[in-house]
Parts: sequence; C-alpha cells; structure tokens
Amino acid sequence: MGDFKLRRSLLYVPGNMPSMLQNIPIFNCDAVIIDLEDAVPMSEKDAARHLVKHFLMNYTERNKELLVRINPLDSKWGYEDLKVVLPALPDGIRLPKADTPEIVERLDTLLTEFEEELDLEIGRFRVLPSLESALAIINAVGIANSSQRIFALAFGAEDYTASMEIERTKGGEELFNARTRVLWAAKAAGIQAIDTIFADVNDMEGLKAETELAKRLGYTGKCLVNPRQIEVVHDVFAPKKEEVDYALQVIEAIQRARALGTGVISLKGKMVDAPVVKRAARVLRTAYAHGMVDTLIDEEAIHGAQ
Amino acid sequence: MALNSLGREIPASYAGRTLTPYRDPFSNQPSGLAAPRPITRVNPGTSKLVGSLREAIEASGLKDGMTISTHHALRNGDYLLNAVVNEIAALGIRGIWIASSSVHPVHAEIIPHIKSGVIAGFQCGVNGLIGELASKGELQVPIIVRSHGGRARAILEGSVKIDVSFIAAPCCDPCGNLNGYFGPSACGSLGYAQSDALHAACVVAVTDNLVPYPAVPVVIPQTLVDFVVQVERLGDPAKIVSTTTRITTDPVGLQIASYAAQVIEASGLLQDGFSFQTGSGGISLAVADKMRSAMRRGNIKGSFGCGGITGYFVGMLEEGLFSSLMDVQCFDTEAVRSIGVNQAHQEISADLYANPFNRGAVVNRLDCVILGATEVDCNFNVNVNTESNGYLLHNTGGHSDTAAGAKLSIIVAPSIRGRLPIVRDQVTTITTPGETISVVVTERGIAVHDRHPELKEELIRRKLPVKEIHDLQKETCRITGTPRPLDFEDEIVALIEYRDGSIIDVVRRVKE
Repeated sequence: MGDFKLRRSLLYVPGNMPSMLQNIPIFNCDAVIIDLEDAVPMSEKDAARHLVKHFLMNYTERNKELLVRINPLDSKWGYEDLKVVLPALPDGIRLPKADTPEIVERLDTLLTEFEEELDLEIGRFRVLPSLESALAIINAVGIANSSQRIFALAFGAEDYTASMEIERTKGGEELFNARTRVLWAAKAAGIQAIDTIFADVNDMEGLKAETELAKRLGYTGKCLVNPRQIEVVHDVFAPKKEEVDYALQVIEAIQRARALGTGVISLKGKMVDAPVVKRAARVLRTAYAHGMVDTLIDEEAIHGAQ
Repeated sequence: MALNSLGREIPASYAGRTLTPYRDPFSNQPSGLAAPRPITRVNPGTSKLVGSLREAIEASGLKDGMTISTHHALRNGDYLLNAVVNEIAALGIRGIWIASSSVHPVHAEIIPHIKSGVIAGFQCGVNGLIGELASKGELQVPIIVRSHGGRARAILEGSVKIDVSFIAAPCCDPCGNLNGYFGPSACGSLGYAQSDALHAACVVAVTDNLVPYPAVPVVIPQTLVDFVVQVERLGDPAKIVSTTTRITTDPVGLQIASYAAQVIEASGLLQDGFSFQTGSGGISLAVADKMRSAMRRGNIKGSFGCGGITGYFVGMLEEGLFSSLMDVQCFDTEAVRSIGVNQAHQEISADLYANPFNRGAVVNRLDCVILGATEVDCNFNVNVNTESNGYLLHNTGGHSDTAAGAKLSIIVAPSIRGRLPIVRDQVTTITTPGETISVVVTERGIAVHDRHPELKEELIRRKLPVKEIHDLQKETCRITGTPRPLDFEDEIVALIEYRDGSIIDVVRRVKE
C-alpha cells in the first residue's frame, strides 16, 4: 500500500500520429500507453519511435504516467524501440506478449543496462507486462514475480481470444477464467491488475458494464482506446459517497482506538481492524483523486505512529 | 485616421459616412427619435397580391441608389435574395444597397451584379465568397458588418434606411399576415425580419405557401405589409434548417466542453432561474448536454434558453429544465416544430434579443453565453469575422451582443486550429472587445479575465487547469511555432461596427 498510485485509466495513443500525441497532456487519464506495436504499420516503425522520442523530450510538464508499448522483444523492432525511446525518459514499458517469466526477465536485464548507460537509478523504468495468450495466463504467477519493476499485470483479451481461437463477446463469459487468474496472480504478488480494452467506442453502456464487472472482481484500472472512455471508467472507479463517509468514520474510529492503546474497535456494531482500515484508506485515496475529499490521508493515520 | 480605445486605426469617414471610433461597451448614448415610416391607407376590397416579384419591385417604387433587405432565417437555403437581385438587374435599376440580416455562401450568385454596378454596397456582414473576393480586392463595394443587435439598432435609429424589405414568408395570407412556422419552407422564428417590417418604407411579403385569411399565429401583421407575392419556392428545405444538430464526438472538443461546463458550475450562476445561450456548434451542444445533466442532478429549473434555438434546447424546455425559450432563429427541424406548438417557445425580434439602444434587450438578462472564436488575443479580444488568411468570411451574429449582455461570457475554442494557435498577440480583426469576455476555455487550459478574480480563485480551488492567457499562448506556440503575421494593404474593404454604432475595427485588403 505504500506506493499506492491511482491507475484507473490507461489510454492507448498511436505512436505514429503527431496530432494525437500532441493532445496527450490535455486528457485526464491516469496514464497513457504510447503504442509502437499494433497501432503502427511496419513501414512506420522507425519514424514512429523517433516521433515518440521527440514528443517525450518536449513534454516537460508531465502530468500523467507515461508508458511506451514496444514491439515484442523477439521482433526486429523491440530492442531498437528501447534504445531510441528510453533516453527520453518514459516512466515504464508495456511489454506485449509477456508469455513467460523469462521474457520479462530479459526486458528487466535490458532496462538495467540502459539505466547504467544513461546514468539513471536502477529500477527507474517500470514494467507492465501484457498477459494476452493462453501460455501467459498459465504462467501468470511466475510473470507477476519475475521482476521488481512490475507494478501491475495487464490482461489483453483481444490477443487472448485469438490465441484461444474463440470470439470475444460483450458479455465476456469466455474471459472469466483468464481474467480471474490474472487477478489472483497480481493480488498474490501485491501488485495492481489492469483490465483489457473495450473496443466499441460508441457503446458507453457496454463499457460501463464491463468496467463495473472488472471493478467487482478486483481490477483497479482499465486500458482505453479512446479519450471519450475516460469519464465512464473514472465514474465507475469513483467511490460512492456512502463508501467515502464510511471510510472517514473507520479512520476516525481507528485513531480513537489507537488513542486507547488498541488496534481494534467497534463501529456501529461492526469490528474495525487492520484489513478494514486498509480498505478504507484505499477508498479515501481514490476519493481524493476524484476530488471527493480535500486532503490526502497520511500513512500515520492508517498504520499508527511507529 | 484615429486610434480607437483598442488601438485599431479607424478612418475619419468611409463610404460617405463620418465614423466614431469605438471607446467602450456601455457608455455610448443614443439621441433623437426612432426612424419614421410613411403612413398609408388600405381600404376594403383592396388587394395586396401582385403577380410576380418583378411586379412587386415595380409597385414598391424601388429606384437607383435605394436600399433593400431580406432576412436570413432561410440561411444557406435562401432563394429570395438572388431572385430579387436578378429581377432588379433585369429592370435596369442600379446602385442598390443590400441591408439584409446576413448574406450566405448561396448568395455568391449575385457577384456578377456587384461587378456590374447593380449592387453598390452591403449594409450587412457577409459569409463566404463575397467576403473573400472583397478581401482580395476583387469587389469594390463597401461592406459594413453589424451584429444582430447592432443591425436592429441601426434600423431603429435610421442610420440604415431600408426602402424596400422583401420578407420571405413561409406561411402568409393575402393580406400579409405571416409566420415562419408552417409550409414547405418553414424556418421557425422570423426574428431578424421584424425590424425591417416595422421600419422599411415598403414591405413586400414573398411566400410559397399562400394560405386562406387569416394566417395564424400572426407574427408579422398585415398592418405592416404593402404587397404580397407568390413564388414557387422560397428556398431549399434541406439547407434551411439542419435535420439534426449533433454533439461533437471529437475528444478534444469534449474536453473543452467539459471544462466549460465546470466553469459554469463554479460560477455559482447555475441555480433556479438560470438563463443560457449556446450556438449550434458541436462543442456548444456538448456544453448544453452537460448543463442538462447538471440541471437534472441539481434539480435546477432554469429561466430561459436564448438565441438560435436547437432541438437540444427544445428537449430541455419540454423536460421542464427551462421555463421558456427566447428564439430569434431556429437552427433545426425540431426547433421549428416546437415554436409552432409550444407556447413557452417565444419568438423574439433581433431588437428584443440584442439591440443596445432600446429599453432593454434579452441579452441583458443572460447569465451565461457560450461563444466561439477564430482568434483571441492576450487582452481577450475576439475575432469571429476573419480567418487566419485575413479573408472576411463570417458575420458577427450575436457574438458581441451576448458577450456584452451576459454575466458570464465563455469562449470555447481548440488551442490549435489548422496548425495555428488560437491565442495571438493581436487578432486579425476585433469583433468583440475583451472587456466583455469572461473566460477563454481551450483543451490546454482556462484563462480568466481579470474582471472575475473570484471565479478564477474558485476554478483553482476546484483544481481546474487555470492558466494566464500569455502562458496559454506560449504553451501552444511551443507546439505550433509562431505564425508569420499577415500582410495587408491600406485599402479598407469592410467596417466592423460595434453594436452601438462605433467602429471597433476595419478589414483591410490582403496583400497577395
């Protein structure tokens, strides 16, 4: 919980479109994933990575987390993507086709080499692996623990359904097991879980339903293909007012308990202890990001003074 | 040449008229009496019907050098102005001034008559090719651009004297009672024609839908109409009103709309009795949509929606979010339908809407207006008349009127348009003075005029991206580079008249 960072919305932006790159600063998503992989045609791979590099170098007033989706490391573009883009200091790399822990480890090694070469703190570049094949789903637990750089696992349903030779439906029943397994692996490793894209940009009801499902399961964010989807996703992830009020009461109760020298107290007949406090703290941090509470809750309030 | 208060060079006279440089939005006072109109008498049994447009022109007594008008409620679907000018040319009449409420691209057909001298000048703004050619120096006629309120003022005070007004009447009876609600060319409100009907020396109603007496509801009464003419078609219905006006789906436009909506909420004006105007552009409609949600959420009952009316506003009226609509022009078929059936959907004249020289216009009661811009400068002065190439392409509409009247006037515009920054050191043409603008909203930030320090503070408190307008300009120019200034000749092709009749700017010929 110490490095809690809100990642409700991770917006894909094609790396070969200057008109779209220039708008990255204006959208209020939590992160963008600048895409050098699927969105960029083969003939533009080289131009796109240089465009992205220059955009990042000129984007000095960074106001969101910046990830770059490179081409797979076993493609002829993956290494070159890193070499060109990393000196422009993205926050992290979204690794496509992270089918095995070894693939992630290889990226980790490369990132360390670049960090040494660029004289950066080791571990500066974070990693978001995409679990988007049957093999990756089976390996989810190993992948989640394959690098200290990993802050979340991302589920990629489009490639996953392709690898399963099935159609993706709006109901998403065919994704249920994979979605859950990614989630378990992430939660067990103490990292976040990011849900797959919703491709129909005109179906806001469908997006809302899918995001609500992901949230209920335990996902904390979702990848997006259009800025119009940001608001819907943020609305779903916004805590309800009752949740916020209750969380405030929990924090107040636990502070009272600590004053009395105990870690457990009753609130309206229900026991408040560490897991309840932890959940309340999460709600309040999310509420702060939504502007629902004015101050960010401090660590001491949650864990008590050392 | 004299400098007006905004630093623009204004000549002492133009087209034989002595000019008053613009000073400020509110202090200029009118004097004298309203313009007179000849009294006539129509006895029982007299017919006003004449056989053709040409007969009507002859009967009206139109002569060389006189001034005619039409209204622009048929917008780019209008057939009437072209038909009238063609007939005037065929009759050998020359030197005619056009004082229509607006001229649209469809009226490019009259360009040969400008070149041949049938038309001597425009007492109105022009949209499209006529303005472009004038800007290039290819049309040697004076153009005087006025706002909707400014035009009503000019007619009322007699500085524009209309000799014959041709009023396109979608529903008209043989005595000249007329409205715009019904018929194949239904356009809804005839708000722009009302001043013409009251003050023109002769009024000709032209209709493609002659109905038995009486045509009700009576919007313009028979007491004002001299002649009635039937024509086959007043216009192309497909171009008169849009079938639908749509909210933008462009994420940048939606971001701008979202900020604009949050500015309105932060202003404190959004409460019972709220009054509001937007245009029909995609961003404006997106703002309207967000206000609709906010009003539903807060259970707020607004007072009136104003201006050009869209189906969006009709929806809000019928849902009870506004108690009335004040409609000077209908933008789409839904608005036309509504004005014919909803009693609270009130037709208003341009005079009632926006004239600064009467006993109080509706714009003075506006809480908030959303307006566009082609350019804004660091003093918040706004250009809507000329494009970045310097050509005069757009009319003022109600821009400067509503900005002056509303408590909160919000400019919504993308920070970059056609690779050019929207915020400039100097706008090409000043349409609306910065002292009547409250806020400029772009997707990259919100600039608040110094007149609204509390609003600025509140926006910052709400964590909205408030920026100084200079910083917004710098930020955008980092992406676009600094545009090269346009080169102009000294020759003046058009005057931009402020709503009170003073001259806020001039449009000069572009150096090619």
